[in-house]
Amino acid sequence: MATLYDRYSAVVYSVALRVLGETGAAEDVLQEVFMQLWRNPGVFDSGRGKLGPWLAVIARNRAIDAVRKRRPETDIDDVIVSVQPDMASEADRAIAMEKVRSTLGAIPAAQRAALEMAYFEGLSHSEIAAKTGEPLGTIKTRIRAGLVALRKAFAT
Amino acid sequence: MSAHEQFAEDLALYALGALAGEERAELERHLDGCSQCRQELEALRGDMSLLALSVAGPKPPARSRQRLMMAVSREPRRSAAPARRPWWMLVPSFAAIALAIAVFALWSQNGGLKERIATLEKQSAAQQGELQKAHEVVATLTATDAMTVTLVAAKTPPQPQGKVMYVRDRGSLIFLASNMPMPPAQKMYELWLIPMKGAPMPAGMFKPDARGSAMVMNPPMPPGTEAKAFAVTVEPESGSSVPTMPIVMMGEGE
Repeated sequence: MATLYDRYSAVVYSVALRVLGETGAAEDVLQEVFMQLWRNPGVFDSGRGKLGPWLAVIARNRAIDAVRKRRPETDIDDVIVSVQPDMASEADRAIAMEKVRSTLGAIPAAQRAALEMAYFEGLSHSEIAAKTGEPLGTIKTRIRAGLVALRKAFAT
Repeated sequence: MSAHEQFAEDLALYALGALAGEERAELERHLDGCSQCRQELEALRGDMSLLALSVAGPKPPARSRQRLMMAVSREPRRSAAPARRPWWMLVPSFAAIALAIAVFALWSQNGGLKERIATLEKQSAAQQGELQKAHEVVATLTATDAMTVTLVAAKTPPQPQGKVMYVRDRGSLIFLASNMPMPPAQKMYELWLIPMKGAPMPAGMFKPDARGSAMVMNPPMPPGTEAKAFAVTVEPESGSSVPTMPIVMMGEGE
């Protein structure tokens, strides 16, 4: 558990911190995510994905649940994450991070904004539409396009 | 627009947890049957994990590590059992339940058997008693040292005499004879049951002992035959199925 923590705690913590904006709450999410893995290692199916990305997704979802004060919506053992970089080493992460940032910088600002509102603030497409005054369909398209742009950046 | 394209945007929202209500339910139904969309969902979650990297940088404080390690040491791991137990892990549970049922069944069966044994033992004891009495009667009748006295009218020479006790319903028969002369060589006496209707039936072969006494006990007889009379003839040692005249003794039921 110490090894896993040393490897992945930064990813879990930083995404929780970005969502929650507060170190104490981010530490709680960090603790919760790792304790879940400790109590029930079977929730993560190593045959169907890598641990780093899985922890990142779980951490983000838990942080959103916390900020929206709602009960966890998805069973964590239902979550399968399919992605290339496994985020285990700091070097891998640094390279991937650079790529993500440059991709986000390259996509249209409105697309990036919609994606970030959905991802880091946990806003629904209708909430984003209400906030930005744009049609629902446009928001939907932007969110998906933003996610797929990231995938394309790593596909090469 | 194919069904998958139609769901593509909803899938992204679903991965982000932004889809609710009927839209969400509809998509989940579709996901159940569509592996293509499930793969797309996994890929979208992958994209989400990449997005997390965009904010990577802050490191948790050292106290977070201590806090986790403390909690971990306090809470023993749940035997590392996988979340979904394969079906065969349940076999011991089923076996235990089956065993418990079997034990209970055997236990109640055992109780029933004990009762039956007690009843049978009682019956057996009663039968033993009756058998003992019967043995005594038969022993007296058949004992070689038993003194057998047949009383007849005074000044009458000893006559061959036979006595039949016959219980029709059981087909059981006892025949006792006394003062019987020895039959000729290679001959024996044969007892006959003469029914109300039909031909005489063989009822056993016998040869008197040195004192002229003889006995026939329970010859093979069909039960239920109404007897009108009994008779004795002299027959070849192998026995006959039809009596050979003359009749040496005969008597009717009293």
